[in-house]
Amino acid sequence: MKVGLFIPCYVDQFYPGAAIACLQLLEKLGVDVVYPKNQTCCGQPMANSGFEHLTGGCNDLFIKNFSEFDYVVGPSGSCVLHLKEHLHNHDNPEIATTLSNKLYEFTSFLTDVLKVKTLPARFPHKVGVHQSCHGQRGLHLSQMTELVAPEFSKPGSLLNMVKDIELVHLSRKDECCGFGGTFCVAEEAVSSKMGKDRVEDHLHNGAEYITGVDMSCLMHMEGILHRQGSKVKVLHIAEILNGE
Amino acid sequence: MSEIQNKTNHADLAEVFNNDEARVDWHDETLWWIRSKRDVAVNKISNWEDLRETASQIKHNVLSNLSSYLQQFESNALTNGITVHWAVDAKEHNQIVLDILKKHSIDQMVKSKSMLTEECHLNDFLEENGINVIDSDLGERIVQLAKEMPSHIVLPCIHKKKEEIGELFHQHLGTPAGNADPQFLTETARQHLRDTFLTRRAALTGVNFAIAETGEFVVCTNEGNADMGAHLANVHIASMGIEKIIPERKHLGVFLRLLTRSATGQPITTYSSHFKRPNKGKEMHIIIVDNGRSIQLGREDFRNSLKCIRCGACMNTCPVYRRSGGHSYHNAISGPIGSILAPNLDMEKYADLPFASTLCGSCTNVCPVKIDIHQQLYKWRQVIVKNGYVPAAKTVSMKIMDWTLSSPTAYHTAGKAGRFVLKYAPVIVNNKLNPWYKHRDMPEPPKESFGEWYKKNRNN
Repeated sequence: MKVGLFIPCYVDQFYPGAAIACLQLLEKLGVDVVYPKNQTCCGQPMANSGFEHLTGGCNDLFIKNFSEFDYVVGPSGSCVLHLKEHLHNHDNPEIATTLSNKLYEFTSFLTDVLKVKTLPARFPHKVGVHQSCHGQRGLHLSQMTELVAPEFSKPGSLLNMVKDIELVHLSRKDECCGFGGTFCVAEEAVSSKMGKDRVEDHLHNGAEYITGVDMSCLMHMEGILHRQGSKVKVLHIAEILNGE
Repeated sequence: MSEIQNKTNHADLAEVFNNDEARVDWHDETLWWIRSKRDVAVNKISNWEDLRETASQIKHNVLSNLSSYLQQFESNALTNGITVHWAVDAKEHNQIVLDILKKHSIDQMVKSKSMLTEECHLNDFLEENGINVIDSDLGERIVQLAKEMPSHIVLPCIHKKKEEIGELFHQHLGTPAGNADPQFLTETARQHLRDTFLTRRAALTGVNFAIAETGEFVVCTNEGNADMGAHLANVHIASMGIEKIIPERKHLGVFLRLLTRSATGQPITTYSSHFKRPNKGKEMHIIIVDNGRSIQLGREDFRNSLKCIRCGACMNTCPVYRRSGGHSYHNAISGPIGSILAPNLDMEKYADLPFASTLCGSCTNVCPVKIDIHQQLYKWRQVIVKNGYVPAAKTVSMKIMDWTLSSPTAYHTAGKAGRFVLKYAPVIVNNKLNPWYKHRDMPEPPKESFGEWYKKNRNN
């Protein structure tokens, strides 16, 4: 099984630790992983701003970089969802469909393809889990509070394999953090208020770390935590699952 | 208030709303409480998701056969003795109401809550033509006294605190200053409205469901004000959008179970009143209004927004709505559903609304008729950009982004430059021109990107 590692642009530039953890954990689990060096961005920032028609270049590049792999795995529910919904190729629609079917968000690749049952990780801390909307509601990584359906959580099931971790209860367990791509600057007032409220829920319930499947939401909350002088840290879920 | 009137886009209006953080918290928690009540109510129905799917399919059938259902409804309503009018837009609707009132020399009308008449700005039109209108729904009455638009389709005055309502009643209804006891204020409004009901000869109501099979219509209220108005008046006018049709009476069993559980967490509204024929010597009119709906029906990506039954669940759950208030949407129908309906009416004026969302998808999940609201918000963004209703600067920056991200070399250079700037000259980014920086710090730049690390540490 040959896996292409898709690292979203902002993770590549700002959070190499999250990407390294993904790579190392996949290697530990015996997967043959390659990071194609010419990758850039999934095109979501443009598409969500109404400029999906400008994402042809990103689509072509993604297809060029990743078509050869059996699976493509990325540590971001949001970027993966965008590609699954919108990756296309005008001349060869088939190639885009095939590729998006092979595309997995990192935790769901672990639970659904590798069917991981145990992990050699330990993390003796109180952790708040942020349910990133696109991973949760878009990719159905976990049950949503709006629906009448049985409980499940792919990221949660993995975190439960981590020794000595304590997951904190949140009063609103799947409310949006307000990042929303360009929303965070276009609607600065509402976006930062949403972020403050989300962070407050974790702090109030005693989290020492906030984790999730999307670094973009975590970057947003980290920006607020830093500004408040909080010692609480954000970590991508891969960094916890890859620990010790 | 004047600050609000000078601004017309959601982000600016939301910023004004957020100047009072305590109020934002109060607004957010009030609506979240209703969302939570909804969750409790829907979890008592084990086949809730099937019920939503059924409702969605019934409405799908309605939208696909709308013209024949409307004709069937008209024919049955006429047989029942109801007068049926057709209005192509708000202007025609308002004129029809005025003509009916004039015919009977009526200059005072009582109205129960109708979002369609808000959409048509009926009150203003009638006031300009010398007709006095009193809204009989309590929340609607409060915003009418405050000379405001409803901020929510089900809870029109949810943005007002009880103290503010007390002050309004003190000014307009003569209650003692400083009395904000909800029980007392409600009783005052009730007594005041009792007189209105007894003296008005015309009553206007909305329509929740119009049944093609029988030619009857159903109005759902908690206060009984629609019944009080309609039964005491000589002339009952009911205004409905063309999409309010349901095929058969038995389908009400699906929609009535969904409507109020979604709206407020109640099992059903206190009153679900069926109106089928006028009482002896009285008149009943139905005005069937298009006002842009058939255009929306023709938009493939947006047509199922017409499935909406106006429960307001998408507003209660929307984290943006809760923290920006209904008035920030500057439209009669606010929140996520308003944001996908409004651009159909005026794409330029409402170009901002589809962007007033993080696309979190919670609206789509609570929608009792399964409208793909967040997907439509995304699609409206594409339509609005293609039609040129975004600032030129945004287009330029998107083109630069496209150029950078389509080229690995340009991307690596830009990434390196960006991290360099953040590390050695953070003031270029961390200043008041960067909206991110106002309430949030930028991430600390790492010494190398993952790509650079990978090159050093892996051979493939």
